[in-house]
Amino acid sequence: MPELLKNLFTNYYETAAVVLFGIGFTTLLMHRNLLKKIIGLNFMDSGLYLFLAAKGYIAGRLAPIITNGDTDPEKYINPIPTGLVLTGIVVSVSVTAFLLALTCRLYDKFHTLDIDEITYLARKERD
Amino acid sequence: MDLVRNFPFLTIVFSLTCGVFCAILRPKAAKNLCLVWLALTFAMSLSVLVYTLRLDGSFVYRMGKWDAPWGNEIRVGPLEALMATAFSAVMILSLLGGMRHIFSDCEEGKVNLYFTMAALLVSSLFALIYTNDLFTAYVFVEINTIASCALVMLKSSGRTLVATTRYLIMSLLGSGLFLLGIVILYGITGELLMESIAGKVREIFATGEYSLPLTVVIGFFSVGLAVKSALFPFHSWLPDAHGSATASSSAILSGLVLKGYIIVLIKVFYRVFGLQIIMAERVSNFLFLFGILAMICGSVGALRERDIKRMLAYSSVAQVGYIYVGIGMHSEAGMVAACVQILAHCVTKPMLFCAAGGFMDVSGGKKTMADIKGAGRRDRVGGAAFTVGALSMVGIPFFAGFVTKLTLTQAAVGSDNVRMIIALAAVAISTLLNALYYIPVIFNIFSKPADGEAHASRPRADYAFAMCAFMVLNVGFGVFSQQIVDAVRRGLELFGM
Repeated sequence: MPELLKNLFTNYYETAAVVLFGIGFTTLLMHRNLLKKIIGLNFMDSGLYLFLAAKGYIAGRLAPIITNGDTDPEKYINPIPTGLVLTGIVVSVSVTAFLLALTCRLYDKFHTLDIDEITYLARKERD
Repeated sequence: MDLVRNFPFLTIVFSLTCGVFCAILRPKAAKNLCLVWLALTFAMSLSVLVYTLRLDGSFVYRMGKWDAPWGNEIRVGPLEALMATAFSAVMILSLLGGMRHIFSDCEEGKVNLYFTMAALLVSSLFALIYTNDLFTAYVFVEINTIASCALVMLKSSGRTLVATTRYLIMSLLGSGLFLLGIVILYGITGELLMESIAGKVREIFATGEYSLPLTVVIGFFSVGLAVKSALFPFHSWLPDAHGSATASSSAILSGLVLKGYIIVLIKVFYRVFGLQIIMAERVSNFLFLFGILAMICGSVGALRERDIKRMLAYSSVAQVGYIYVGIGMHSEAGMVAACVQILAHCVTKPMLFCAAGGFMDVSGGKKTMADIKGAGRRDRVGGAAFTVGALSMVGIPFFAGFVTKLTLTQAAVGSDNVRMIIALAAVAISTLLNALYYIPVIFNIFSKPADGEAHASRPRADYAFAMCAFMVLNVGFGVFSQQIVDAVRRGLELFGM
């Protein structure tokens, strides 16, 4: 057990990232308020990006942008995870936008953000 | 380099472009562009299929000619080409079969956006089939999610909006888990291309290090993609989404979108981890178990439904269960059965959904069992198609569904005793339940309606064409089953290399 704890503390970035992911995941799954669900989604994605960025960072090195003509790869961090984070951000921005638009339409129609209530009202609408 | 080798890439990229153009065209023009492009896609995929079958091998297409560690790749073999061909054909027919509904259900002036989403969906499905890179797979999984949710919410009633929201939330949970799996795997191996990861994973597995993280990663992939492909117990969003959408959307979602995610999962199992490691990790036992439960519970759910589209949606839950039972069988034969089921279900279920759309047309837009009584007499071609589809689902010989049940039982017999008994019993019970809910519908649609004799209405040309083509596809699948199963088996052998 101390071994595990020590590992958790040495990799504190990853630990924090997974905790963030868990918070976001449960919020997205369990919370009844649609806006909070969207916030949860962003928490979840941010956790993942933190994980990726932490994996790509190498202590004491620079961001992989060449400014002074120095092309020695030993001086820079791994650029791939950073690229993946950027791609991931684009994806999560677009799904967030979609979900927000959906929420707007639902609010216009049902005047509430509570997903359970909306489900109930929608069922009643048909019958 | 042969010209054919460019086709898979071209189908993906030009489908995206086609989607962009559809967004600025008038509805009629967008429809024509989309259909023409899909026909072209079908022709290209067919030529790729013929090419790979002649080659008896697979080839790798490098994007921008960058080599392995830097470049992005797509990889094409007979199995991928077969899936792509079937998917593009089913896509065209589903659109044609529900064309009237697309134009009547959609808000005025927004019909062209439907075709935009359809084109995006094709692009992402093809990318999922062909890609050789895990992160690319994630990006296209998300594009697929957005496009399919947009297809559901097109009919803007309150109920569809709620169904879309629930569908989107479940999908996002699934892709979150999938991405977490990719990220941890990247942390362990430092690679994103499937072949490179496979090499590293084998090395790591042999040393016995990281055994817990690897199990967890396989678990994340399995759960994430199972949520997205509506494996029991994560299926709660499916009946609402598929039951309330317009006919074409239900057909496309059930027939193609669910399968796209399963193909990614099969890819991960075969190409990233390899069947040996998957067997050793025992995660697929859970997939097997949930598959069995899905077969039974999906059918029971369908039995209780009085709404024909929701009944078909529950039947999809059961059919997805068959696929997962095949995957969880722990053997090559099981994987073959899973792939055959993917193809068989994708030529059957869209036909049923389109026929159900046709019944709603001739029954005043209603879709409960009582309302569609006698609909098969008013809409003859739809009635015939529904009968073919229902018999196929029950598993009558010479139809597509029979081939699945046959390959699945063969795989079960070759498996270990416990699995064999459970799988055989589940197939038997599920077949019985299928018959219990499909056969009464056939009787219902052909019986005399309460208000006297209804005369047959003349079906629209596109609808009739789609229905006939679906029937030919379905029977053709049943008749040429041996060739198809052989092609799938060979394709899977090449898949793992």
